[in-house]
Amino acid sequence: MKELVVISGKGGTGKTSITASFAVLAERPVVADCDVDAADLHLLLDPRVKERHDFWSGHEAVIRQEDCTACGQCYEDCRYDAIRLVDDVAGGKAYVIDPPSCEGCGVCVHFCPVQAIDFPERLCGEWMISETRCGPMVHARLGIAAENSGKLVSTVRKEARRLAEEGDHPLILVDGPPGIGCPVIASLTGSSAVLVVTEPTVSGEHDLERVLSLTKHFDIPASVSVNKWDLNPEMTERIEEKALNFGARVVGRVRYDRSVTLAQIQQKTVVETDAGSGDDIRRIWSALQE
Amino acid sequence: MILAVASGKGGTGKTTVAVNLARTLGSPVQLLDCDVEEPNDHLFLRGTLDLEEIVNIPIPEVDESRCDGCGECGRICEFHAIVSFGTVPLVFPELCHGCGGCTKVCPHDAIHEADSRMGVVELLQDGDITLVQGRLDVGVAMAPPLIRAVKAHLRAGMPAILDAPPGTSCPVVTTVRQTDFVLMVTEPTPFGLHDLTLAVGMVRELGVPFGVVVNRYGVGDDRVHVYCREEGIPILAEIPDDRRIAEAYSRGDLMVDVLPEYRGVFESLLSKINDCVATADLSSS
Repeated sequence: MKELVVISGKGGTGKTSITASFAVLAERPVVADCDVDAADLHLLLDPRVKERHDFWSGHEAVIRQEDCTACGQCYEDCRYDAIRLVDDVAGGKAYVIDPPSCEGCGVCVHFCPVQAIDFPERLCGEWMISETRCGPMVHARLGIAAENSGKLVSTVRKEARRLAEEGDHPLILVDGPPGIGCPVIASLTGSSAVLVVTEPTVSGEHDLERVLSLTKHFDIPASVSVNKWDLNPEMTERIEEKALNFGARVVGRVRYDRSVTLAQIQQKTVVETDAGSGDDIRRIWSALQE
Repeated sequence: MILAVASGKGGTGKTTVAVNLARTLGSPVQLLDCDVEEPNDHLFLRGTLDLEEIVNIPIPEVDESRCDGCGECGRICEFHAIVSFGTVPLVFPELCHGCGGCTKVCPHDAIHEADSRMGVVELLQDGDITLVQGRLDVGVAMAPPLIRAVKAHLRAGMPAILDAPPGTSCPVVTTVRQTDFVLMVTEPTPFGLHDLTLAVGMVRELGVPFGVVVNRYGVGDDRVHVYCREEGIPILAEIPDDRRIAEAYSRGDLMVDVLPEYRGVFESLLSKINDCVATADLSSS
């Protein structure tokens, strides 16, 4: 079984439009949306949700005010500025936790001299198994301002792998997140191939270098495709040359095409319309099969 | 005033808005590139980046001669970054969040912390703009500590514009926290709208006042406008879908420099932000 991960470094280069097209072109894939921060693949693939699971991950500190002596030990120990000193109703001072800042390390819980800090599990979002016109899909929604997106990505990939093994699917298609940090690393470690979708801009060029350094770091074979290539043909050539120098394959260009947005509005993938950019994506898909 | 420029979806034009706004201001301003995974602001400025600071996170080191394998360190670690099976513990630096729990809990003083490099903070001066940029080392997973290091360079009394990373999770929350106003850049497409609603949820949770900039106006449909109207969210600027803007961006040119007809968009945006912040200050006091 193969696992192709589509990433980009820079956001908004067309990862999701291209991954959704691949899902239509591929034979019996399992699709995984690992951009759990801002998942969009479902807007094109119209999934019917079959299973919904809460995603619990890590813990969150909560100070029980009735037991707290306001000694300030937690305030001293916390390295994430997650403990705030506020005015309480009686006109005194009280220590409270700022939930989005809490890293869930438990240091305050352990060292509180009067054990006044609880440490419940934290609900960080949900993940779903769905059916689409292209096959099964695993996707997720990270809770508002929640942590642990990397772990949620790992959960989505693990479930996609399980479905692929059980249903004997030959391919897992992963729509990855932008950047090079924790959720990206969680999306690509142990995968068989990576496609980097970039754009011919100074930012696209700069970010490609960093993302290819990352795939090299994890020793995963990478292919590169320049989207909206005709926006700046010279830059496209420069980027392709750079990709080759990094040892990546160059698998084709996609033209600048407003039909991509029109397809999105109709909830279709580009290859399900007669857009010229759809032909470009088909050619890239064939090149990836070689 | 500290202004954050954010968006749920990537590639909607955060960098474009942040850098053009900084240029339009016309007086000394700090520009903080908090997209430390892929910092791009410097590509649109003149001048060279100088190393300001190497940023480390503290990672435990075990003194084997003092360790009796009691396992306290492994039990306190929530991230499985230090593990002991009745022996001297193993440390997995890439999992460590640098909380200091193991060092503090060790009853034999067998653990001390050593610096592990995670990235750098760099500075660039271009006219009135002081760029402070964080750059995460490739292979490092955790961005928030580096973002905190970038924000530590905020100078009191000087206006600052923070260019946030895309998404809605910890790196964005770290950037947007304790700012005065958030400008959310979106595009009028189904993806843009969906990710805007997520970003709005996050910013409301943090309690920071915000407004929207619609970029590539004209490319899609009117659902972003309908949503903002229904939610009472002000649309502070519309940047048209103009291929010349995309081409200028591709070359690293600033819109306000090479397409002067758009200067008015940013001037009006600045004054609307000031109005919004003044109103928010009034209602909070």
